[in-house]
Amino acid sequence: MQSQETPTLKAEARNLNFFYGQMQALKKINMPVYDKKVTALIGPSGCGKSTYLRSFNRMHDLYPGNRYEGEIRNTNLLAADVDPIEVRMRVGMVFQKPNPFPKSIFENVAYGLRVRGENNRRVLDDKVERALRDAAIWEEVKDRLPEQAPNLSGGQQQRLCIARALATDPELLLFDEPTSALDPIATAAIEELIHDLKKRVTILIVTHNMQQAARVSDYTAYMFLGEMIEFGKTDEIFIKPKDKRTEDYITGRMG
Amino acid sequence: MNSTAMSLKASTDLHQVSDRLSFSAMRNWKERLIEAVLLAAAAVSVLTTLGIVYVLLSESVRFFETISIIDFLTDTQWTPLFDDAHFGIMVLVSGTLVSSFVALVVAIPVGTVIAIYLSEFADSRVREVAKPVLELLGGIPTIVFGYFALLVVTPILQVVLPGLPGFSLLSAGLVMGIMIVPYISSLSEDAMRAVPMSMREGSYAMGATRLYTAIHVVVPAAISGLAASYILGISRAVGETMILAVAAGMQPNLTWNPMEPAATITSYIVQVALGDLPHGSIGYQTIFAAGLTLLLITLVFNILGQWLRAKYRENY
Repeated sequence: MQSQETPTLKAEARNLNFFYGQMQALKKINMPVYDKKVTALIGPSGCGKSTYLRSFNRMHDLYPGNRYEGEIRNTNLLAADVDPIEVRMRVGMVFQKPNPFPKSIFENVAYGLRVRGENNRRVLDDKVERALRDAAIWEEVKDRLPEQAPNLSGGQQQRLCIARALATDPELLLFDEPTSALDPIATAAIEELIHDLKKRVTILIVTHNMQQAARVSDYTAYMFLGEMIEFGKTDEIFIKPKDKRTEDYITGRMG
Repeated sequence: MNSTAMSLKASTDLHQVSDRLSFSAMRNWKERLIEAVLLAAAAVSVLTTLGIVYVLLSESVRFFETISIIDFLTDTQWTPLFDDAHFGIMVLVSGTLVSSFVALVVAIPVGTVIAIYLSEFADSRVREVAKPVLELLGGIPTIVFGYFALLVVTPILQVVLPGLPGFSLLSAGLVMGIMIVPYISSLSEDAMRAVPMSMREGSYAMGATRLYTAIHVVVPAAISGLAASYILGISRAVGETMILAVAAGMQPNLTWNPMEPAATITSYIVQVALGDLPHGSIGYQTIFAAGLTLLLITLVFNILGQWLRAKYRENY
């Protein structure tokens, strides 16, 4: 199923440390992110996987007292002279709880384009439709684009948020437990979507659901107490984990 | 020995249980007393409101037996104490609306901008100092604001606008606006801070700046709270008395020009109530007709506020 040639590197964490004030949340993380692949981050609650994910779009810069050490190379995301807003322009993110803006469905998807100064109605129409199609929600909402987005169902809202992130053609798409607030049917739709999306975008996904990691990802990283315990191809991690702690976690003996 | 201790223990247990029961009976009784006191306290405010409405209505009914409602609403003069008496309430309504409009033109933008700053930009230390200071502004007696308008603001305005008279709706309205700012900024800030962080993060993650996020996400999300604060501001402005009585002049004047002096409903009531009108005279009854008009205006704004709140209910 997976291509045999070595995948190209999209980004790479090198000795990444992260601190919430005095508390060290990430310890010397080293991990490659491969281009147009899905990488799943798994681990028990509080292991730092969301913290790690949020380093990729500099979300931590929004709050005082947070500090990074080390680097995320290639895209150079953490370099001090790179404006976090520049980074966020190139990296999309989908959150745990669907967070549509209190605007119309159309304006939600057009939001990122408008942030980038795009106001040409024809371009917006075009890109919004394409993003909604890519997020597999176009058929459901094409006749109700002027309606308020918060009126959609939870699963639709989450796909709308994916469309919102896709509209600006991100190089990297971050998913932070995107299905934890959704029912199984909506979850299946999102998983299928992630599977399709990796043809054109690199994806990092945090998930609590082991089956989900196994289903959607090409690579999996197991994190524990802020450390990267094991990283490898998903089938290898799930069939023959090298580290005892990984094995304990994925077989349900811990976490 | 052992069994005696056991039975002793059992009897104390029994004793405690019955004690607890009697306590709970007493608690029940106390509970009812407290309930009655609370109900009485609530009834005081409701009954007061009903009493006010009753007095306003009954005196107004007597007023409208003499003066037709058509005249009351359409006459262009308000001279109830002259020999040639006219009772055109629009004269007072115009003063009230113009001064309130001036106040809101100041208070809504300034209050909203302060709220955006405090909620989205200021760090917590600035906020902790700025908010109480602003609320202090709301605690200054309005008579002080009135003399501030008359003795400080009017002379300054006269430098910029040479034709401005010593009493004007403009000067009183501006100061009234400053007085209302803290009400609007404080309530609006609460509404914006209630917008969940996840919504802001969604916007930041799209590459938006703080300002863009504040204007395009936080303000629309908090719009019902903002509307409620504006309505409160309007009610304050319409009902404000002392600033207008001191700084706007008290001559009835049908005008939509803020550069003129004029009486408002409230300042008229103050003026007449301070005089020595005989109880039951037509002049005395005008107080109640004017008061009823004021009540109706604020009622309209309150209903509008309720409607806005229902229409733009936060759905996050």
